[in-house]
Amino acid sequence: MAKVWIDGETTIEVRDADGVNSVYLTVDDKGIIVSAGQTILQAVQRINGIGNIPALCNHPAVKPYGACRLCTVEVSEDGGDKFKFVAACLYPVKDGLIVRTNTEKIKKLRKGIIELMLARCPNVKRIQELAEEYGVEKPRFVLGDQDCILCGLCVRACQEIIGKSAISLVNRGIYREVAAPFYAYELTEECIGCGDCAFVCPTGAIEMGPDGKPILPRVKIPFAEIEAMMKKEAATPS
Amino acid sequence: MVEQVRRLLEKRVESAAGLESLRQSIVDKRDTSRTCISVCGGTGCRASGAEAVVEAFLDEIERRELQVQVEMKETGCHGFCERGPLVVIRPKQIFYQRVKPEDIPEIIAETVLKGNIIERLLYVDPATKEKIIYEPDVPFYKRQTRTIFGANGTIDPKNIEDYIASGGYSALSRVLTGMKPQQIIDEIKKSGLRGRGGGGFPTGKKWQSCLDAKADIKYVICNADEGDPGAYQDRSLLEGNPHSVLEGMIIGAYAIGSRRGYIYVRNEYPLAVRHARIAIEQAMDYGLLGENILGSGFDFNVTINKGGGAFVCGESSALMASLEGKIGEPRAKYVHMSEKGLWNSPSLLNNVKTWANVPLIINKGADWYSRIGTAGSKGTMIFSLVGNINNTGLVEVPMGITLREMIFDIGGGIPNGKKFKAVQTGGPSGGCIPEKFLDTPVDFDELTKLGSMMGSGGMIVMDENTCMVDVARYFVEFLKGESCGKCTPCREGINRMSEILTNITQGKGKPEDLDTLEDLAGVLSTGALCALGQTAANPVMSTLRYFRDEYIAHIEQKKCPAGVCRELIKYSIDPEKCVGCLRCLRGCPTGAISGEKREPHTLNQGLCIRCGACYDVCKFDAVIRQ
Repeated sequence: MAKVWIDGETTIEVRDADGVNSVYLTVDDKGIIVSAGQTILQAVQRINGIGNIPALCNHPAVKPYGACRLCTVEVSEDGGDKFKFVAACLYPVKDGLIVRTNTEKIKKLRKGIIELMLARCPNVKRIQELAEEYGVEKPRFVLGDQDCILCGLCVRACQEIIGKSAISLVNRGIYREVAAPFYAYELTEECIGCGDCAFVCPTGAIEMGPDGKPILPRVKIPFAEIEAMMKKEAATPS
Repeated sequence: MVEQVRRLLEKRVESAAGLESLRQSIVDKRDTSRTCISVCGGTGCRASGAEAVVEAFLDEIERRELQVQVEMKETGCHGFCERGPLVVIRPKQIFYQRVKPEDIPEIIAETVLKGNIIERLLYVDPATKEKIIYEPDVPFYKRQTRTIFGANGTIDPKNIEDYIASGGYSALSRVLTGMKPQQIIDEIKKSGLRGRGGGGFPTGKKWQSCLDAKADIKYVICNADEGDPGAYQDRSLLEGNPHSVLEGMIIGAYAIGSRRGYIYVRNEYPLAVRHARIAIEQAMDYGLLGENILGSGFDFNVTINKGGGAFVCGESSALMASLEGKIGEPRAKYVHMSEKGLWNSPSLLNNVKTWANVPLIINKGADWYSRIGTAGSKGTMIFSLVGNINNTGLVEVPMGITLREMIFDIGGGIPNGKKFKAVQTGGPSGGCIPEKFLDTPVDFDELTKLGSMMGSGGMIVMDENTCMVDVARYFVEFLKGESCGKCTPCREGINRMSEILTNITQGKGKPEDLDTLEDLAGVLSTGALCALGQTAANPVMSTLRYFRDEYIAHIEQKKCPAGVCRELIKYSIDPEKCVGCLRCLRGCPTGAISGEKREPHTLNQGLCIRCGACYDVCKFDAVIRQ
């Protein structure tokens, strides 16, 4: 049973296995002792009252991925004044680490990320809530109409928990999307209709359809771009 | 079969002494006074027809039965791509440029057999108008320090004997016979070598953490996934001197205790793939690779892995994911690749140029090496000098040379008497450096201070007719297509940057766009997962820093000062200057120009698509671009 001190006074007991190596680190000026081998986000989420780290692409049931970048925090590795930005969901806790979860720089970064997410998915409640929390009003960009933020939780849940890989992330950059293997229109029999993907989705982009299989969010490439691509293809002699 | 095996065994070198005697026997066999024609078979010269030149030489030599007197060699890239196809006739080092297959019989008859110089094939120094006969006298080569790249012009990359004759694999034999791993790493550390792939991480430090990492299996990787627009130096090195890279890798493997290596090379570089493959096969035949290298008991194998065409796979973690057979996407590197890399084993990844530096450091010593360069950046660097420059090509210079020397002395300045505007270094992660910093010494730290970076050594020179907003838009557009899409800042941020920049170049920019661009740049540099995203804003930020007035002209006056952005320019014909020659009228693809012969022409703005064809063909400056 390892013990955690907050502010050097309060003592909370955290259920960690005995004999596990523990590390001492500082999160927002509060010292904590936690077992080694976990990430900053895991450590902070287990203790009430310290740190403020939002995360959309993280779920305790699957491995961390580091895609949404909302959990970015500032850390000083050697306890000095030099801080760097890292994703809390991936960064392992270390002895002597200083973590800052809510500095002005971090708030600005999160605000920027949320603005980008809100511009992509203006109708998603979870993102609207985050926008309100971080003071993002109206994105300065052309608004999209998507629900999926491409956090990859559905794909990872299908692969890691169910062991199926019935869906995958395809394409790159702005054209990335969640799709069935080989870009098929319908999910194959690999999909057992467990609904795990819909359950883990932080934005509600996946719903279960009447056939018991999930309806995937299709990224809608703007028509003008499709037209431009088709023209380009037609103009290139094959 | 038995015969084949016997021959194979015969080639195998069993010891360091065996390698020396092999080297001696190769050198003894060779007659240094014998004429050797070396034709550049590098990428640039091939594009301008070097293969036909090689064929023509071989045909002519056969026709005249000169096989004994004349040796013919197709080498790697010599560097002076602008003047290709290049032919150098040794031992005199007579330098012929822009050689065509028709010239070959004359070269053989006159130069090779009689020793006469063919004047019209010589290089004329544009500064002095003097004809230059010998290769080392060409100003382009004269000012370079070609320690890594020099051998490219003299050795046949498909023949290991050439490399061995020039002292190849002597660093390996020295390491295997008398140096402990820690000694090698100390030597690399002392040399001050920094990673040539872009990051500039101290190489010795990387090797040390790989050596210190406790694991049974360790990997050595050569990153040849060069993808920056305008850069081809890694390709040319792997094509022209693959054994130097291989030797560096074997030394690295021995130093960290690895038995398995990979060369990750772009599939779009077929010649580099082929030459690397031949090099591996030959090194194995000679016992310089594989099991029991030089009888030392050390085993090391190298496999070639061809990249699938994603720029991001040049990033180390994405490259390793790709090697593992997964999607080439980066992952966080909070635990270094040198501790947990490929298949979670310690992995030593270096760029092609970094590996090629290793044998040199071992042979000549860290002290000699560290005398070249600046305080923080040692040795030489190979740059690809491209864009609006007279001498397009690959140049190898000591660190610390100024941009001005590189662009004007070696590069020969800007063509057509135009003015220099900026130089873009470091590829899409780098930035644009304006004229006032031309005297900056080129090294890792100085370029970073200017908001650019060394990168892999790409150097794109731009003249006064370049629109800097358009340049920024081009690089952002490139990165938009190459972002893997995993993390939000890179996927969404670069796309939004591209939207804004496209709007600005189309005259739809708003004054507040510049603040938005700066905000996006902040999100990218602090929030993105890998270096691609973290540095993606550099082309925008550096142009904003040095050429802000151009952005403002686009946004406020709706004008493109350089006359590049189509939506913001207008062509018209000056009736005073127009002599009615019909050239522009014939050249116009949309029929927007009308008029009679010897009468001033008129341009119909409604039909004009602003392609600039009329502007380019007019000999009387009568077409006005505004």
